[in-house]
Amino acid sequence: MAETAFTAEDFQPAAATESAQAVARPSLSYWQDAWIRLKANRRALFSLYLVIGLALFTLVGPLVWTVDPSLQDLDQISQPPGADRHAVVVAPHRPWDGSATGSASLAGPQSSSGGLRLAEAPTTQSVRLAWTPLPDAAGYRLYRNLFPAAEGQALGLPLFEIASLDVRHFEDRLDLKPRTYHYSVVALDAQGRLTGSVRSLEVPVSRVVTAQEAEAMGLVEDAGQLSLGDRIKLRAHPLGTDYLGRDLLARLMAGAQVSLFIGIVAPLLFIAFGVIYGAAAGFLGGWADQALMRFSDFVVALPFLLFMILLRVASGVQPGESGITPMVLAMVLLSWPAAARLVRGQILQIREEGYIGASRLLGGGAPYLVLRHMIPNTLGVILVTMTFAVPTAIFTEAFLSFIGMGVAPPTPSWGSMCNEGIKTMLTTPHELIFPALFISVTVLAFNLLGDGLRDALDARMRSAE
Amino acid sequence: MLRYSVKRLLQGLVTVFFIATATFFAMHSVPGDPLASDKALTDRIRANLEAKYGLDQPLMTQYGIFLGNLLQGDFGISYTQENRRVNDIIREHFPVSATLGILAIAFAGLGGVLWGALTALYRNRLPDVLIMLAVILGISVPSFVFAALGQLLLVQVNGALGFSVLPVAGWGTVAHMLVPSLVLGLGTMAYLTRLMRSSMLEIVGSDFVRTAKSKGLPASRIFTHHQLRNAILPVVTVLGPAIAAITTGGFVVEMVFAIPGLGRYFVQAVQQLDYTVIMGTTVFYGAFLVFMVIVVDLLYGWIDPRVRLE
Repeated sequence: MAETAFTAEDFQPAAATESAQAVARPSLSYWQDAWIRLKANRRALFSLYLVIGLALFTLVGPLVWTVDPSLQDLDQISQPPGADRHAVVVAPHRPWDGSATGSASLAGPQSSSGGLRLAEAPTTQSVRLAWTPLPDAAGYRLYRNLFPAAEGQALGLPLFEIASLDVRHFEDRLDLKPRTYHYSVVALDAQGRLTGSVRSLEVPVSRVVTAQEAEAMGLVEDAGQLSLGDRIKLRAHPLGTDYLGRDLLARLMAGAQVSLFIGIVAPLLFIAFGVIYGAAAGFLGGWADQALMRFSDFVVALPFLLFMILLRVASGVQPGESGITPMVLAMVLLSWPAAARLVRGQILQIREEGYIGASRLLGGGAPYLVLRHMIPNTLGVILVTMTFAVPTAIFTEAFLSFIGMGVAPPTPSWGSMCNEGIKTMLTTPHELIFPALFISVTVLAFNLLGDGLRDALDARMRSAE
Repeated sequence: MLRYSVKRLLQGLVTVFFIATATFFAMHSVPGDPLASDKALTDRIRANLEAKYGLDQPLMTQYGIFLGNLLQGDFGISYTQENRRVNDIIREHFPVSATLGILAIAFAGLGGVLWGALTALYRNRLPDVLIMLAVILGISVPSFVFAALGQLLLVQVNGALGFSVLPVAGWGTVAHMLVPSLVLGLGTMAYLTRLMRSSMLEIVGSDFVRTAKSKGLPASRIFTHHQLRNAILPVVTVLGPAIAAITTGGFVVEMVFAIPGLGRYFVQAVQQLDYTVIMGTTVFYGAFLVFMVIVVDLLYGWIDPRVRLE
């Protein structure tokens, strides 16, 4: 064992300038720490971008896509996205007396079938039909159908009937759409009954506009620019149109304003009220606390959606009102107790903390204690509750509007758009799918954001993932 | 336990009384009046009708009559359907809704427990990731969208196969019930799966599971007798809200699938402003939900003796 040689310097006191407990990292506030945690959570960050995207869609979208959401484009009703929107310019409609016109050059297999034929190219302006005499006929009846009628099935919409053999032509101008129709002419006997002799014809109708119509719709500056036979494009509808020909994208934006307004303002209001109520109960304590909490228990016991419906019926939305205010009010009336309970519990806990005693000792009064110490310390929990309340409120709005007890038409909301879309679900599913998609994405985004915020803000509430 | 039960039941009765009162005054504050329909009434007929429905009485007298009838279980007569008693409507249509709801709860409960347990066992592996993805979808998509999609799918499947595998709408046979009740239960199933997963994950790391393992029990027995039985408890607590969610969700599903249940009837009555039917069904549904929550709470105390009900 070698002897260590100590010198006198080894016994000098250490330099006082060196701090033994230097803070190695910069100190972070609660919110900075939470933000760092949130940024590390990929799902939460993704949902945050979704929420920002939705906010842009709602607020900036209408500035970019400036189509009036209530404008009806009657030439394009229930059009799915990406539908052909070309139209051919034709001359204005002229009456027809059944005589053959110049453009009888209708070759092709479908132009005539047995006795029924087209007298002119079929357009959305008019379909002109003529037929040769049918055997055993005393009169004729003409039908239009959307699909080929099988043997023994109904022939569709009766358009025309005549008890004479002299008139063997008909012009159909009834609500024609650019699609394929199936016309049938049936011979009637002397008593006006149907006989078995039927002639059917498949008619593909093409879309046309007149130059004047195109100018009136704002498709061209001046009708004089167009000549007959020009192909022009009708108004663009990126997401298609609904059953009244309204632009779906514009309506989704307008609906977002309503749905998100309700989804955010209602939770803001009822949580604000719940915070005040809960803080008062928790801070007052004693019998006041008991009484306040008994009342909130009671409101909790009320069946929520039933009372939402009831309050909506009772408020009786008048024509011309949107029904947004009664819905927000009803939501506030019924939803505040959850926040109140939560905040009361937090306040009861915080009240016993050392820093509250210290602040009291330093002369802090009750309002100061509540506003400066208690509520800021519950803000994390409140924010998480708020984030989870948004999807619930959006669901409630959608549910009520869907059963026709929410926002009153014509005000669009995602729920009421679903309600309108579901009626034509089988033929034009896009009218249902787009609003449903927006509801789902919004609810998803807020749910994920809520999960992320909970993990970031509150160690005690951290989920077991 | 008995004292607690009695106390809860009394509280429930008070809540139902309040629901009845709120319903009554809410319906009587509606602008317009129940006899204002498209038919013009002469003064004579109007007076007779008002006398028939007791509308000529002062409001508080009407309230008294309403409460008195309610105590005898009489909800009155429909305004829009002549001479049809609300009691008959409830008796006729509630069993349909109840069948649908019980099936939906069964789907949701079984599915939720099974999927939740599965995700916890396969934690962070492929089955977990896939199921949790489905759960997020299930929580985010409204029930009417599921209903619409379910119906659309049925139409496509039936169309593709050329014959009707399952009916698209209507009621009557078991085949009619399957898709609507599954659709109705989906949201709750997703919610229960999530709950079951976190509850299961907590149990997996607990002492008694480790003890069971160390004394050599087979994994299957640990799963069924130790993990599942304990993890299921939190699921039972949320059954009350789940029943409420499924009951009100039933309104929409019954509408979409054209099921003659009380929910669809209620929505129709609300849309047609059939006052007595709205009041009757609201009070009925309200009482039903309030007491279901109490039953679930009492059930929880019975299942888990550690919970002291006071």
